[in-house]
Amino acid sequence: FLSCSRRNYEAELQRCRPEAAPVEFGDYHPLKPIMVTDTKSRRGARKGSTSSSSSSSSSAPADPLSSMLDGTDPLSMFAAASVSEAPAMTHSASTGKKREKEEEVVGPDFEPWSSKRGEILARFTTTEKLSINLFMGSDKGKTCGCILDLPVCMCVQGSQRELLNLSQQDYANRIEELNQSLKEAWASDQKVKALKIVIQCSKLLSDTSVIQFYPSKFVLITDILDTFGRLVYDRIWTMCSDPRPLPDSFTVDDVNDTAKETCLNWFFKIASIRELLPRLYVEAAILKCNRFLNKTGIQETLPRLTAMIRGIGDPLVAAYTRAYLCRVGMEVAPHLKDSLNRNFFDLLGTFRQVSGESVQNQLVQQRVEVPEYLTLYSPAINWILQCIAYRAPEPLLTEMMERCKKLGNNALLLNSVMRAFRPEFVAARATDFIGMIKDCDEAGFPKHLLFGSLGRSLACADPPESERLTILNEAWKVVTKVRSPQVEYRCYDYICDHTFYYVSITFIHLSFISRSQKREVNTVLADIIKHMTPDRAFEDAYPQLQSVIRKILTYFQDFSVLFSMERFLPFLDMFQKDSVRVEVCRSIMEVFIKHQVELTRDPVILNAMLHICKTMHDSVNALTLEDEKRSLALLIIGFIRMVSFGRDFEQQLSFCVEARATFCNLEPVLVQLIHTVNQLAMETCRVMRGSHSRKTAAFVRACAAYSFITIPSLSSIFSRLSLYLLSGQVALANQCLSQADAFLKAAVGILPDVPRSISVEGKLRSSESFLLDFINNFLATLLVVPDHPEHGVLYLVRGLLNMVQDYTWEDNSDAKVRVYVSALPLLAAMSQETYLYSIPKVDSNETLYGGDPKFLSEINKLCETLIGQILDNLKALGRDEVRQEPAHCYVFSSCAPTSFFLPPLQQSTRRQGALAFSLFGVLLAHGDLRNNKLSQLAVNLWNLCHKHGYCETGISVSFHTHSRCSTHIS
Amino acid sequence: MSVTLDIRLKRANKVYHEGEVVAGVILLVCKEALQHHGISLSMEGLVNLQLSSKSVGVFEAFYNSVKPIQLISSNIEVAKAGKVPAGKTEIPFEFPLITKGNKVLYETYHGVFVNIQYTLRCDMKRSLLAKDLSRNCEFIVHCQPQKAKVVPTPVNFTITPDTLQNIRERSSLPKFLIRGHLDATNCVISQPLTGEVVVENSDVAIKSIELQLVRVETCGCAEGYARDATEIQNIQIAEGDVCHGLAIPIYMVFPRLFTCPTLETTNFKVEFEVNIVIVLHDDHLITENFPLKLCRV
Repeated sequence: FLSCSRRNYEAELQRCRPEAAPVEFGDYHPLKPIMVTDTKSRRGARKGSTSSSSSSSSSAPADPLSSMLDGTDPLSMFAAASVSEAPAMTHSASTGKKREKEEEVVGPDFEPWSSKRGEILARFTTTEKLSINLFMGSDKGKTCGCILDLPVCMCVQGSQRELLNLSQQDYANRIEELNQSLKEAWASDQKVKALKIVIQCSKLLSDTSVIQFYPSKFVLITDILDTFGRLVYDRIWTMCSDPRPLPDSFTVDDVNDTAKETCLNWFFKIASIRELLPRLYVEAAILKCNRFLNKTGIQETLPRLTAMIRGIGDPLVAAYTRAYLCRVGMEVAPHLKDSLNRNFFDLLGTFRQVSGESVQNQLVQQRVEVPEYLTLYSPAINWILQCIAYRAPEPLLTEMMERCKKLGNNALLLNSVMRAFRPEFVAARATDFIGMIKDCDEAGFPKHLLFGSLGRSLACADPPESERLTILNEAWKVVTKVRSPQVEYRCYDYICDHTFYYVSITFIHLSFISRSQKREVNTVLADIIKHMTPDRAFEDAYPQLQSVIRKILTYFQDFSVLFSMERFLPFLDMFQKDSVRVEVCRSIMEVFIKHQVELTRDPVILNAMLHICKTMHDSVNALTLEDEKRSLALLIIGFIRMVSFGRDFEQQLSFCVEARATFCNLEPVLVQLIHTVNQLAMETCRVMRGSHSRKTAAFVRACAAYSFITIPSLSSIFSRLSLYLLSGQVALANQCLSQADAFLKAAVGILPDVPRSISVEGKLRSSESFLLDFINNFLATLLVVPDHPEHGVLYLVRGLLNMVQDYTWEDNSDAKVRVYVSALPLLAAMSQETYLYSIPKVDSNETLYGGDPKFLSEINKLCETLIGQILDNLKALGRDEVRQEPAHCYVFSSCAPTSFFLPPLQQSTRRQGALAFSLFGVLLAHGDLRNNKLSQLAVNLWNLCHKHGYCETGISVSFHTHSRCSTHIS
Repeated sequence: MSVTLDIRLKRANKVYHEGEVVAGVILLVCKEALQHHGISLSMEGLVNLQLSSKSVGVFEAFYNSVKPIQLISSNIEVAKAGKVPAGKTEIPFEFPLITKGNKVLYETYHGVFVNIQYTLRCDMKRSLLAKDLSRNCEFIVHCQPQKAKVVPTPVNFTITPDTLQNIRERSSLPKFLIRGHLDATNCVISQPLTGEVVVENSDVAIKSIELQLVRVETCGCAEGYARDATEIQNIQIAEGDVCHGLAIPIYMVFPRLFTCPTLETTNFKVEFEVNIVIVLHDDHLITENFPLKLCRV
């Protein structure tokens, strides 16, 4: 009944050789827009099917996706657009300042106040109780708003309110409330009330009762002042922009009289504020409004305000007032450097007050130590110096330095100078600075802080080449002497952590630039360990320690050197908090993957890396996110790929065994390990040129065994399936027949477990297409697998087909039949005298059976059964159609909701047509059409698939021609 | 039915000088047409004098108040009886600021016992059933700038325990030396009072240094005259224990309306003084007084 056509693969291959030029591999890239080269035939026609060879790729136009995108990725287009937009935006924003003086605009390299804000708030905290003493007027005050310049303090008849016992958080909330009520008062046109709020708030700044909190208080209250300044400015601005908005670069002449009068009114009102501090702050807050009045207003006001600050007795309050004035000055008139300098010189001039009686009394009263008190100054002084140092000429900085030196070489000032000035400047004078640090007066200000600041600069800029070693030695000498006792350490733990970190970073940096690397760094690490271990001090310093690691990693890219530092791993051990530890390991791994170019077998590296990877792996638990797992797995895989023992395959295998034991929780790693082992087996095969010795044969069997016992531990069924198949192929290639058999059998064995839907990228999708792909692939492999001597003929094929039959396919799907259809070419190929492909040194069925008629008839029987099954199915579909026709009418007449996308009739006929057509194709390609029955069947199928016209004409026409010519040939 | 009546002066700062024209508009806003019996506008400049109860006794102060002195007065009829159309109506007006005879227009001044004030008053007469409407508007007169040039003459001062008067126990005084100068005591009213003060040394911590601006008003009357000094404003220039040897600026803006060029007439006088007040930590007050002569240039 049925016979397969005899094939001459060689001849067919010759005939089907592509005539056109093949794809040029030189510029071939899978992700490039597809270049269509007309290949008449699919390359490497493995299954020997030429029938469907006029494949779609030949006539396809350029890839629709790439043609639509016109070669440019839309994301990168957006990115490019935003890049070109961004400068334009900043440009328009900065034009306001540009007008002032083109060359002195504050650039983006000026660290803005906003970035300091948070730091100060976080740093200066207190647990003491705070109080807000507000002397708020009643609303009566607003009547004297108008034009009259009643001194504000005179018309206040309100109540005094004192809020006591506030915690720091309450205090901040209160201030924020005030900020809100300021905005509300302003919005409801109660300008006097708004002013009163601002005055009362700035008055709070003269209160130094909880001095540790003062810097934070300053930050909170100056926020309110900023709000106020903005409100006033905007108000006057809108008054002038009546017909059309005022240009950014307006002059006094553009301002109308009403606006000027209002502005003047504000200044008169503020000038009559009784207390010094509020008057200063509020006037500074609206400094910018001077622009509405006259050209030189700001220029004259700044020096005056600067001088007025001298009237503030408390040095801390004065320092912060100066900082505020500098800040406003930098914002409004960055070109007026003189008053900045003036401020700093005044600050220096009054600095002796710090040791004065009133300050000392206050400290005793509040039980604050001098060193702690001094650190309260640093934000203010740092800010002032930053303003001064910004784009300042070298001589000015030198002058500043000299002045500080003259002033008894105060440690606090020195510290601020080092922090504020350009790192290059400091680095160039590093020796000087070390000298100054050495003989500076240590009044309460610990020296290691100074080294910390110096280190900070040196970490950014390199000192002159010739001095490096001297600096390193000098600094090291001092620092080792400054081993402060434990008590002191605990007391300044904030400070000490930071310092220590900077000091360490510096030394690591220094040792690098002075090229003495490993030994010094090791010493530094040892030192850090020594300092941080007692009392578990490292627990508070994780961020700093992490940066130390990062710094080291940027310099050490040779991991054998890195790991040979004996202190490195103990250093790592200090990270005892899991999350931090993993973070650190991760950063090490990232650097490793990035910079390790050569494969390695260095036991030092391997041990250390295994340890690190194990740490990462052990952090995985049930709560770990998928993403996290994936990235960890990627890092570990990166490491595994870098390991190679060269020709020492056994060592490699044992490494894999160890790795498997270590990383058992991360599936991607296991998959990688199986691939590695498979690759190892193939490598062995390559080395032995295909013929294994007894020893290598045993080794590849061991590899197979490794895979065989590893695969079942994977949870993803498809990775198991594909790995079974792959490992089976590898085993086959290595002549391990029974192993290959076992792999394939195992694959068939788990087929029924394949769920009908799997989750792909978080979405549930039908697994059918994956399964079909796998089965087709599997069938292709089965061609070369020799039958097991103890089992029957075509044991695996039958097993597979049985599984397919028993598998619960989706309803209304032809997947099963399609598997049958695709099994037919395999059977056809198996019946050939010489197989299309074979594996060297493995005898396939062709040799085993040698074309035995019994074998052939067995195949034929199988084919017959399959075709029978297929035809049954076709018939069933046809029956559906007959049966459903009246139902179909009924559905439409009753207008009942229908759950089918297509009317059932169309659906089943379409399916029928498609199936018939594919069977027809297979018969045409592989069947012997001289057999009458078969040709009759083919004709019937042809008619069937054209009956409903669901066939693509183009394809069917090409089939038609093909069938004619093949008939002709035969 | 709502009507609003307003007077809008042309100058935003409302400042005029003698001989100038006070110009502006009367603004009427009503929703419906408005019947009225005439709108009139008057301008008046007055000096109000009041005797303080301190110098002449409560009874006299109440009854014997001095008659106000009229400096300028004029009246015009803006509109005859008729109708104002609905919506916004602006009626412009002008008053020349010229005195009759040899009267002088003194500068606007708001004090305690002496008040010099210029007002515009707009009245709208209406029928018996509706209330008359009226609106006042103050404008400010600055006197003619002084012809003679003001040459600033700095005034130096030194304060030590020995320079003090008015103390009980000189022996209990702490030691201190405060030096300084005012850049001028004949000041231009539109410019701030400036100078410097230096705390050279002080045994007791300083709590505060303040500038106290004082007005001295003298009113003549049948029984003689009353002279009263009252504070206008107090400006703190130093707070807390200031750094010794460092010059602290003296800076005070003269408040508008509450100060005027020093004025001396037959009936009343307005003069100004400034006190430098040093408050010691034990709340001792040290005051140094400087009479000022204000003028306008």
